[in-house]
Amino acid sequence: MTCDEARILLHALLDNELDAGHAREVEAHVAGCPNCTVELAAQREMQRVLADTNLRYTAPASLRSRIEASLPQAQRQQPSRRAVLRGFAMGSAVSALAASGVVAVVLRQDDQQRILSEVVSAHLRSLQAGHLTDVVSTDQHTVKPWFNGKLDVAPPVIDLTAQGFTLVGGRLDYIDARAIGAVVYKRRQHVINLFVSQTASTEHRPPKTQSMQGFNCRRWGDRGLNFWAVSDLGADELAEFVDKFDAAMKANVEG
Amino acid sequence: MPATDDVQKAQRFREAALPHLDDVYTLARYLLRDASDAEDAVQECYLRALKHFDSYRGPAMKPWLFAILRNVCNAEYARRAHRPTPIEDTPGAAEQTPLWQETEANPETEVLRSRDAGAIRKLIDTLAEPFKETFVLREINNLSYREIAEAVGVPVGTVMSRLARARAMLRAAWMAGEEQAR
Repeated sequence: MTCDEARILLHALLDNELDAGHAREVEAHVAGCPNCTVELAAQREMQRVLADTNLRYTAPASLRSRIEASLPQAQRQQPSRRAVLRGFAMGSAVSALAASGVVAVVLRQDDQQRILSEVVSAHLRSLQAGHLTDVVSTDQHTVKPWFNGKLDVAPPVIDLTAQGFTLVGGRLDYIDARAIGAVVYKRRQHVINLFVSQTASTEHRPPKTQSMQGFNCRRWGDRGLNFWAVSDLGADELAEFVDKFDAAMKANVEG
Repeated sequence: MPATDDVQKAQRFREAALPHLDDVYTLARYLLRDASDAEDAVQECYLRALKHFDSYRGPAMKPWLFAILRNVCNAEYARRAHRPTPIEDTPGAAEQTPLWQETEANPETEVLRSRDAGAIRKLIDTLAEPFKETFVLREINNLSYREIAEAVGVPVGTVMSRLARARAMLRAAWMAGEEQAR
C-alpha cells in the first residue's frame, strides 16, 4: 500500500467503514510508516475534538410550524370529519346526497386553510431581502406584459397610485404547487402582495378577510380568477385596497 | 376517499420526515451559509418531499431528504447571480491542494486547541463546496459513506477521496489559525 492510498483509507479506518481485511492492511502500512502514523493520530485527534463540539444547528420553531401547517392536517379534524361521515352513512339516500355536499364543503375549507397558509408563507418569503419583485416598475404597462408567457393567466395589473396604493412590481410565486402571479403594491411602508391564479369557477365570490400569523388576507373570486391580497396592513385598509382594486378592474372591463 | 388518503399519507410523512428537520436544516445552513435562505430551502425541500413521498421506497429517509435539499440548494445557487457555484466536481484550486504536507520537521502530533463551535463552523465554511458537503454529511449529519454516495449521487470512492481532502484542508486551516494565535 502506498502512502497516497493510506492517506485516503485511514479516514475509512477512523470511520469504521473498512472490512477487517482492508483495516489490517491500512494498520500494517501505518505501523511501518512514521508519516502516516502522525497523520492518523492527527486526524483521530481532530475527529475527537469535532465530536466534542456541537456543530449542528437547530431548526427554528417557526420553520417547524410552517412546515406542519403546509401538511394536510389530520389529528384534530379527522375524528370530527369521520363522525360527520358516519352519521350520514347511517342516513337515507337523501341525506347521503346532502352528505356529499357537506363533505365537499368540509374538504374545501381544509384546502382553503392550507392555501391560506401557503399564501401567507409566500408573502413572508417575499419580504426577505431581494425576494419581493422579479420585475420592478411602477408602470402597469411594464408589469403586465412581463407576466406574458410565464403563466396561464394574465393577472390584472392596475395602477392604484392615485388611490394611495403604489404599484411596485410583479413576481412569480408558487402556491398549491402551481406557478401564480403576484402583483406587489405598497402603502406607506406596508407591502401588499396580490396573488392571482386561475380557477374553473367564473362566479363572483365576495371578499372575505381571514388572518393568520398576524397577517390579514382578503380573498375573493371574479371572472375566473382567484385573488388573495395579503399584508400586515389593518383589515380596514386592506379592505379599502380590495374595494379600490375591484372598482378599478370593473372600470377597466367596462371602459 | 382520496382526501383521507392524503391525510394518512401526510401523517406517515410527518412521522418519517419531520424527525430529521434539524439534520436537514443543519445541512442547509452549511450549504447556503444564510439562516433565512436555509429556512426557505428546507421548507421547499419538505414540500417537494411530500409531493414525491409516494415514490419513496426507502430504506433510509435522511439521504433521500438530503438529495432533495441538494436540488433545492442548486436552484438557489443558480438564483444567486453573484455566487453561481453549483455543487459539482469542478477541478479547481481545491483539487490541486496537496492532500497532505510533509511533517518530518515536527513528528509529534500537534494537539489542536479546542475551539468554540462558531470558530469551527467558520473553518468548515472555508472548504470548497463538494468537500464541505461531504464533510458535513459525514461528520455532522452522521451518514455512512454509502448513504453519502446515495444522497450526493457519486461513487463511494469519490466520497472517500473528498472526505480525505476535506479533513486534510480543514486541519491545515485549523493549524494555520493556531499559528496566528501564537
